Amino acid sequence: MVKPRALVLRAPGTNCDLESAYAFEQAGGKADLVHINQLLENPALSREYQILCLPGGFSYGDDISAGRILGNQIRHHLQDTLVDFKSAGKLILGICNGFQILIRSGILLADDDQGEPATLTWNTSGKFEDRWVKLGVDGDKSVFLRGIESMYLPVAHAEGKFVTRSSALLDHLKGNGQLSLRYKSLHESNGHVPYPDNPNGSQAEVAGVSDETGRVFGLMPHPERFVDPTQHPRWTREGLQEHGDGLMLFQNAVRYFEG
Amino acid sequence: MTLWEIDIYPGEGQPDRLGDAVAGDAADLELASDLSVTAARGFLVQGELDETQAIQLARELFADGVVERTVVARAGDQRLSEPPNGKPQLLHVMLKPGVMDPVADSALNAIADFGMQVEAVRTFRKFWIPESSPETVSTLSSRILANDSIEQVVVGALELNRLQLGSPYEFKLLHVAIRDLDNDGLTRLSREGQLYLTLVEMQTIQNYFRELGRDPTDAELESIAQTWSEHCSHKTLAGRIAYRDENGEQRFENMLKETIFAATGQIRRDLGEDDWCVSVFEDNAGIVRFDEDYNVVFKVETHNHPSALEPYGGANTGIGGVIRDPMGTGLGAKPICNTDVFCFAPPDISTSDLPPGVLHPRRVMKGVVSGVRDYGNRMGIPTVNGAIYFDDRYLGNPLVYCGDVGLIPRDKSSKEVMAGDWIVSVGGRTGRDGIHGATFSSAELTSESESLSGGAVQIGNAITEKMVLDVIMQARDRGLYSAVTDCGAGGFSSAVGEMGEKTGAEVWLDKAPVKYDGLSYTEVWISEAQERMVLSVPPENWDEFESLCRAEGVEASIIGKFVATGRLQLKYNDNVVADLPMELLHDGRPPIVRDAVYEAPASVSLELPAPGSIDLNATLAKILGSLNVASKEWVIRQYDHEVQGGSVIKPLVGVENDGPGDAAVVRPVLNSYRGLAVSCGMNPHYGDFDTYHMAASAIDEAIRNCVAVGADPSHISILDNFCWGYTDRPETLGSLVRAALACRDLAVAFGTPFISGKDSLNNEFSYEGENGKQTISIPPSLLISAMGQVDDVRKCVTMDLKEVGNSLYIIGLTRNELGGSHFTLVERLKGGNVPEVNTDVAKRTFAAIHQAIQAGCLRACHDLSEGGLAVGIAEMAFAGGLGAAVSLANIPNDIDGEYDVAVLFAESNSRFICEVAGEKKAEFEPLLNDLPYAEIGEVTDTDRVAISGTSGESLIDSNITDLKESWQSPLRW
Repeated sequence: MVKPRALVLRAPGTNCDLESAYAFEQAGGKADLVHINQLLENPALSREYQILCLPGGFSYGDDISAGRILGNQIRHHLQDTLVDFKSAGKLILGICNGFQILIRSGILLADDDQGEPATLTWNTSGKFEDRWVKLGVDGDKSVFLRGIESMYLPVAHAEGKFVTRSSALLDHLKGNGQLSLRYKSLHESNGHVPYPDNPNGSQAEVAGVSDETGRVFGLMPHPERFVDPTQHPRWTREGLQEHGDGLMLFQNAVRYFEG
Repeated sequence: MTLWEIDIYPGEGQPDRLGDAVAGDAADLELASDLSVTAARGFLVQGELDETQAIQLARELFADGVVERTVVARAGDQRLSEPPNGKPQLLHVMLKPGVMDPVADSALNAIADFGMQVEAVRTFRKFWIPESSPETVSTLSSRILANDSIEQVVVGALELNRLQLGSPYEFKLLHVAIRDLDNDGLTRLSREGQLYLTLVEMQTIQNYFRELGRDPTDAELESIAQTWSEHCSHKTLAGRIAYRDENGEQRFENMLKETIFAATGQIRRDLGEDDWCVSVFEDNAGIVRFDEDYNVVFKVETHNHPSALEPYGGANTGIGGVIRDPMGTGLGAKPICNTDVFCFAPPDISTSDLPPGVLHPRRVMKGVVSGVRDYGNRMGIPTVNGAIYFDDRYLGNPLVYCGDVGLIPRDKSSKEVMAGDWIVSVGGRTGRDGIHGATFSSAELTSESESLSGGAVQIGNAITEKMVLDVIMQARDRGLYSAVTDCGAGGFSSAVGEMGEKTGAEVWLDKAPVKYDGLSYTEVWISEAQERMVLSVPPENWDEFESLCRAEGVEASIIGKFVATGRLQLKYNDNVVADLPMELLHDGRPPIVRDAVYEAPASVSLELPAPGSIDLNATLAKILGSLNVASKEWVIRQYDHEVQGGSVIKPLVGVENDGPGDAAVVRPVLNSYRGLAVSCGMNPHYGDFDTYHMAASAIDEAIRNCVAVGADPSHISILDNFCWGYTDRPETLGSLVRAALACRDLAVAFGTPFISGKDSLNNEFSYEGENGKQTISIPPSLLISAMGQVDDVRKCVTMDLKEVGNSLYIIGLTRNELGGSHFTLVERLKGGNVPEVNTDVAKRTFAAIHQAIQAGCLRACHDLSEGGLAVGIAEMAFAGGLGAAVSLANIPNDIDGEYDVAVLFAESNSRFICEVAGEKKAEFEPLLNDLPYAEIGEVTDTDRVAISGTSGESLIDSNITDLKESWQSPLRW
């Protein structure tokens, strides 16, 4: 059987490309690293792939704001390509900076008459932080999260606070089942998820968002950083799991095309 | 051509991050307790744009419409200086012309992507504060808002109508009339020209040109000064030294070669066919064997003087610079993890007590951490190890050590420049930044340094370096070049000079791409502009190399040719601007014999407080809360320590992921379980007693940290970084030579080779005080960094207690060694014996611990260092969220008489605490053979650390939550 192929997109400042490609391969897929300039020159390249992954990093240094410059490049030059990709029933995954790029490009949540409906802005703590968080899956919209109830994964970002332009927009996304991944409290907290369990102060504890189809998904945590059991911060205490929690997300993507 | 200004403010109800940070800093530095600040980010955009376009850029590029609002107008427009409520005072902070502005560069390209024509972009920050006196404005500006070495403050509206873009350079060949100067003249030329050469060196140069019958050009003189600088040539430590101590006099022809290098040589000879070193003290980083396919490389550098003047930029370019070392080692290694160690003055000093020209240590610390964070995180290199030490003597001269480990295929580990290869510059453009960095870092800092050497301070652009890395890795694997090195101190002058040492080189300085017009040939030659690498590319590979670079948007330029002339010839267009024999540069430096003396400080006996007279629970809490010991979580979490996906043992460990791990472990090859452990050892306080034992202790500490997590003690390689005061003083140089002798002895005894190193001398700060010139010299500061190898990372252990009922053991001998300890530090006591190392016992201890870990006997393992046994047990307990009950009754020691306090807090080397499950004890104990060890207690479910004395009385009984709070609160910023 032919392995589903993932295009892992590289740009200046992308830095989670290798481990993201590795995660797809561990999940049974075949992954290629493709530079944005290659794709801009030849957008048809994308037709050879079933999965597009925008990995983490600091595309163009996150200069101006995280994901903005690459997001604009996609808006200006690759909008049709990605819309075609989506309409062909394929999958798009944005991790961390990739999530920021998906939001900025309008691929994940379409613009309305006032522009972008939501953003990922500066953490309430005001700084970059690397820490592990507990995550819960809400609903069954996202193809990537099928069969997953909860995950324990690391976040590592400065601009990951999900904010919508209005509470009505937030309600709409919620009602539509698009707020697929939420930060959960590690301790009993009757619903409230305090910092640092909600590491960035996101509205409604949003950690990951699906598009309307469930085939486009962006998340701030890094599933590719927990595919091997030795990546868990407490494996020396708790023993080695069979797989890292993040592996299943990549398996879901690959298996989606295996029928 | 119009100049547009775009101001971006937080939207309604959104936090003012920038403004709040300034207000917070003003409160922290006791400048204003309740300052209210409104801040904006701003962009100046110069181009053929109409208002609609400017507004479009503001909305679609610069601002985030969900959380920000903008003001867009032509520069100078009234709307831009309409104060937000109640804050009439306006201040702009902008980078000085010529300072790297990565965001502006990115914005320029991003605007082009909109199809708009723009010529220049500059960024700035805008601050509104309540009506304030000129003094307040000036204090705020200099203490918080701006750094004079790179930024300027404009008070009031911005009256600009055009951005300066540099002016054209008119070639003029300059000669320096050196032949007729007398000694005073030579000294003056050295100082005023920022050459920082000694008189003898200046005389050597003078004689050379007298014999030639001409004066040198400015480029020739600069080339010699750069190559002969302390920073580039390490002439002091690699020079002749006459050393005297209690054992008599020794003469060294080359001190480093005869001590540290010699130790490595001996270890390699002893290993014979099993030698696992590949290249030591030759390339930009040391190289050792890793596995069947790969070698690993390691280098640690310092960036002290730039960080003193501009902490953010200094640390930023410090880490950026050291990353280029592995990239420029062999045919290029892939960076896999970083390590960063800092030394600061305590951050609680009052602003009014600062000497002139000194930045507040709190600001230094925040700036340094941010600088390292922003570069390392953007490069995608996990920062996995580090330490911070505090001492008053780092006030004017903080230390910033940055290290990088790289992975390189075994068949790419060496290089050879071939005559006929193109000299190719890749990456950043050359600008006026960083002129005289190499010679400057070899000089002493003064309160005037800020104005004198502004050009030596820079800001980095990590993404440019990441792009260079991406193309170098691909070009390496395609075999497109024959050699590579980094452009560091001295810029092209030292990179090309080093690469062409064995052949010769002809350089066409007009071909180097520049950031802006106006650079002279000499400026191009010595600029230390960041993010540049120099490669030697065979002409037949140029097309492929160039197109690879172009595909990824990386600039590559041929700037000359390696030629078999043995000469360095520089040209600007058709004019020869320098022509020197390579041997003058590399071997022409006059030998100087330096005197070094070591005299032991008078020994002071330590008067211990009478038993029962101090509250030991309080003492333990004080040590845990002392700055060297206290949790550095605030720093560690700001570094991405997991990118690249190879993280196995993180810097923070334990039940809540926040305990102090001994060493980090990474898996550089994702489909393999072979790992690397990275750790460090340092203790400047011991140097006040004896730098020999300080160095020995640092080596022991670095090794035992590695061993504690599971590294194989027979495959640990180490690096030395000496930061010292003014080594022209014989006693200062003497204390350094003594430390180097310890390095030699310990390396040989442990079979642990030094593979690379670096020194930074003249770390002193002087200023005019009330009683004339005052000088603060840093304490002798030797950092030992260790890189260990782990056969199977799944056997690694961490230091947090794991399970109630398990036994606790101490391994190693506790001695009456409280000299320089944290016990004496917090109790304000003087004297005592400084810890020494018994290398025979230590070596066997390391081997036994390793065997025990391999056999799966240990559930937890922690080395004992700062604070000794009491701190070690407390850390293990609160990291594991479990209690510990320990008795001092059986602890192996050689202390006469009353010893409880000494056993609790002595910092004797080579000791470990191990947690062992009941069923493993019978397997564990025989491994310890004839080593000093004892079972001293067990893990409890009490939430308390309880330590009883020799006669059974309670010495320590503290709640682990309280202990953890003492440890976490001081630096929880």
